[in-house]
Amino acid sequence: MKALLAKKIGMTQIPYQDEICACTLLLVDNVYVLAHRTKEKDGYSALKLCMGKKKKNKIKKPLLGEFQKVFGERDYYPAEVIKEVRGEFDPQIFKIGEEIKPDIFQIGEKIDVSGYTKGRGFAGVMKRWDFGGGPDSHGSMSHRRPGSIGQTTDPGRVWKGKKMAGHYGNEKETVINLTVIYVDPENKIIGVKGSVPGPKGGVVVVRSAKRYEVKVK
Amino acid sequence: MDTLIRKVEEKFMKKDIPDFKAGDTVRVYVKITELKEDPKTRKLVEKTRVQPFEGLVLERRGSGLSETFTVRRVTQGIGVERTFPIHSPFIEKIEVVRRGKVRKAKIFWIREKKGKKAKIKELRK
Repeated sequence: MKALLAKKIGMTQIPYQDEICACTLLLVDNVYVLAHRTKEKDGYSALKLCMGKKKKNKIKKPLLGEFQKVFGERDYYPAEVIKEVRGEFDPQIFKIGEEIKPDIFQIGEKIDVSGYTKGRGFAGVMKRWDFGGGPDSHGSMSHRRPGSIGQTTDPGRVWKGKKMAGHYGNEKETVINLTVIYVDPENKIIGVKGSVPGPKGGVVVVRSAKRYEVKVK
Repeated sequence: MDTLIRKVEEKFMKKDIPDFKAGDTVRVYVKITELKEDPKTRKLVEKTRVQPFEGLVLERRGSGLSETFTVRRVTQGIGVERTFPIHSPFIEKIEVVRRGKVRKAKIFWIREKKGKKAKIKELRK
């Protein structure tokens, strides 16, 4: 199991295996291993990662203590983002306090990427649930309305879970089984085939694909 | 952020692309991979060959790695247009056959013209 944190840079097209593929570029800059969670000690196993660059005096003191224990005395600590990734990680490969480089992943490897989708605020039923809406013309006044939301006296109420307008986006989403198609340790970039949740600059967690099976013909 | 994208794109961009624009006649050498039966082993083998496609450039659009261009060619009275990504790995090379004198960057108007009106004068310097 391998994992890292990254920031979404944006999308482009790059050639991969005789095809020109849509590619999302992720910046893997200043990513460090902060701690290991183990079954014996914590009841579950995970890897605690941190990313970014934050001035020493901008970090809250309890957190600063944790960073000082790992990295020693510094002016800046990678304390912008701190995240745990569940799974079994080899402490020999992911050493505490060491930087994670994008080349831990190879071209062709399958990965899962999770992040927070773009927030859409309070969205209507057409955007949120792909409802059809009403007619635009011929005297219709029901343009983007949901229409009927139920039956009559029986049941006399609206079913639970009825799709309605409400808050949409800014939810955690994981895209599984994406392919790594570009690795650039020099610019600290990895390229992923396809799209990834979140806006440009959004933080995503990249880990080895959990549910990928090689299909044999 | 965008400068980083450009940095990555530059690695895949071709540097030997000739300077051409709409109105020019170009010959594009396209790599084609197809399955063919090998006469000796009677097995299907992937074979790559190069097919030239010659015609008039109608437009160049986009920028960076995803820039494309459209080539129009009239064969047996039927117009054929193909759009290629300029940095595509399937294009072996692009040759400029003739420079045309046009006033627009996109010359779609030529689709509706026939005979002499569909001709473009050669650019003389």
